[in-house]
Amino acid sequence: MSSTRLFRAVARLPLSGKIGLVLVIFWIVIAAIGPFIAPYPPGSFSNQEVFSESSSEFWLGSDYLGRDVLSRLLSGARFTVGLSAVAVAIAASIGTGFALMAAVGPHWVDELLSRAMDTLISIPSKIFALVLVAAFGSSLILLTVIIAITYVPGNFRIARSLAVGLARLDYVEVARARGEGRLHLALVEVLPNMIRPLCADIGLRFVFIVLLLSGLSFLGLGLQPPDADLGSLVRENTSGLAEGALAIIAPAVAIASLTVGVNLLIDAATQGKAR
Amino acid sequence: MSAASPASRWRGPLQLVAKRIGLAFVTLGLVSAVIFTISGLLPGDAAQELLGQGATPEQIAALRSEMGLDRPALVRYFGWLRGIVIGDPGKSLVANMPVADIISERLPNTLVLAGLTTLFAVPIAFLVGIWSAVTRGHAADRALNIMTLAMVALPEFLVATIAVLVFSVKLLWLPSITIVPQDPTLVEFLRAYAMPVMVLGVGVIAQLGRMIRAAIIAELDRPYVEMAVLKGVSQPRLIFRHVLPNAVGPIVNAMALSLSYLFGGAIIVETIFSYPGLASLMVNAVTSRDMPLLQACAMLFCATYLFLVLIADTVAILANPRLRQG
Repeated sequence: MSSTRLFRAVARLPLSGKIGLVLVIFWIVIAAIGPFIAPYPPGSFSNQEVFSESSSEFWLGSDYLGRDVLSRLLSGARFTVGLSAVAVAIAASIGTGFALMAAVGPHWVDELLSRAMDTLISIPSKIFALVLVAAFGSSLILLTVIIAITYVPGNFRIARSLAVGLARLDYVEVARARGEGRLHLALVEVLPNMIRPLCADIGLRFVFIVLLLSGLSFLGLGLQPPDADLGSLVRENTSGLAEGALAIIAPAVAIASLTVGVNLLIDAATQGKAR
Repeated sequence: MSAASPASRWRGPLQLVAKRIGLAFVTLGLVSAVIFTISGLLPGDAAQELLGQGATPEQIAALRSEMGLDRPALVRYFGWLRGIVIGDPGKSLVANMPVADIISERLPNTLVLAGLTTLFAVPIAFLVGIWSAVTRGHAADRALNIMTLAMVALPEFLVATIAVLVFSVKLLWLPSITIVPQDPTLVEFLRAYAMPVMVLGVGVIAQLGRMIRAAIIAELDRPYVEMAVLKGVSQPRLIFRHVLPNAVGPIVNAMALSLSYLFGGAIIVETIFSYPGLASLMVNAVTSRDMPLLQACAMLFCATYLFLVLIADTVAILANPRLRQG
C-alpha cells in the first residue's frame, strides 16, 4: 500500500476510528520510548508523601511508597504492550500455522487439529490460564507463553474457516494441478488472501490478551515484582482506593485507553470494508 | 407436511439433540484429560513441594504413596475422574477439608450473584440490542455502538474502582466490600449486592447487547421482513412476532456465553469486593497451588460452560421450524 493510499484510508475513517488510531499510535510510542522520557527511575522513592495529588513535579502524583506514578506507568506500559504483542504474535503464528496445515494438508490432519482445538476452546480462557499458571508458575517468559497458548484455539477457529474456504476456490485448485507443493499453496495462494480479516481477529485477541494479562497481574498471579505492568500498578495501589488516589486510577485508565482505542480502530476499519 | 404425525415431526430435531448431548460428554471427557495432564502430571512432584527442601527421601516416598503419586499416570487419572464423577474430588491440600465441602459452601454465593446479575443485565441488554437494531445507522445506534464497544474493552477493575469511588467514597451510599448479611432485609440485601452486580452487569450488557443487535440485524435484511413491512405490520409486532422468534438461535447462544462468564469469569469482581464465591476460591487455589481444589473448580466451570452451550444448542434446534419437517 503506497503512502497516499494509506493516508486516504486514514482520512476516510470515522471520528471514532481516528481517535482509536491516535490512541494506538500513542501507546506504541510510549512502549518504545517510555522508560527514556520518565522523569524519575521507576523504583526510586522520590516523594516524601504517599498517594500525593497531581503537581508540577509529579504529574500523576505518588504511589503507596512515594514513587512517581508517571515514571512507573511509562515503564509499566512497555510490559503491558510489549508482552501482549509478543503473546498475540505467538498465538497467531501457531493458530494460523495450524489452520493452514488443516486447509491444505490431508483430511486427517484437519480432523485431528479441529478436534483438539474444539476441546481446548471448551475451557474458558481465564480458567485455562489459571490452571497453566498454577502448574508452571509465572516468570516473564512462561507468562507470555501461557497467555499465547490460551488464545491459540480462538485464532485457529477463525483462521481455519477462512483458510478452508479459500482452499476450495478454483485458483487454488489450478495451482494444485500445476503441481505446486503444499507449502507454496499455504503461504503464496491462501495466506495473502486472508490477511485482512485475520488482522481484525489479531487486534481483538490483542485486546483480550491485554485484559487477561492485566487481570492476572491485578490478582498477583501475573508479572512478579520488581517487574510491574499496568495491572500490577493497580494492584499495588489498591490501598489508595478509599481516598481516590491517582496512583490507582491512572494505570487503570491507561489500560482502558489502550484496549478501547484498539477496539474503536478495528470497528471503524472493518465497517468501512463492509459498506 | 400435514400428513406427518407430530411425533415424527420431532424425530429429526430430537436425534440432533441426542447427538449434541453425546458430543458434550465426549468433549467434557477430553477436557478432563487436558486439565489433569496440565495440573496433575506435568508439574514436578507435589509431595516434594509439600514437604519442602529439608525432607528426607523416606518421608517423601511415604507421602508419595499416601497421596497415590507412585501409581501409573493412567490409574491416577481414572481414580481422579471417578472422584469427580461421584462428587468426591478428594481433599484440599491446604484447608485439609474435603474439596466437595469447600465448594458446596461457596456455590450458593456464586449462584446468587450470577442470578441477580442475569436479572439485572439481560433485560437491559435486550433493550440496548433491539433499540440499536431498529435505529440501525442512525445517531442512537452509532452512540450505542461506541458505548458498548468501549464497555466491552474496559478492564473490570477500572469499572469496579470507579463504582467504589462514586458510590462508597463520594456518595457514601454503598459498602465497598460485599458482606453477605445473615437474614437480611430486602434493602440490606440489595445494598450488599448492588455494586458487584453493577460492575459485572456492564460487561454482560455490552457483550450481549452487541450480539443481540447483530442477530436482529441479520434477520432484518431478509425478504420476509420486507414483506411484513409492506403488509403494514407495526414495528413492535415486526420485532417481537416476526424477527425475534427467528433470531432465537444466535441469541440463546450469546446468552449461554454471558451466563458462563458470570459463573466462572467473575474472578476480578469477586476478588475486589472480597465476595466469597467460586471464582475467588479458584484464585486462592492457584496462589496456594492447591491442585485438588483447583482441578475441581476448573472442571466445574468447564462443565457449566458445556452445559449452557448444550442448552443453547438444544433451544436453537427445537426452535428452528426448518428442522422440524421430519
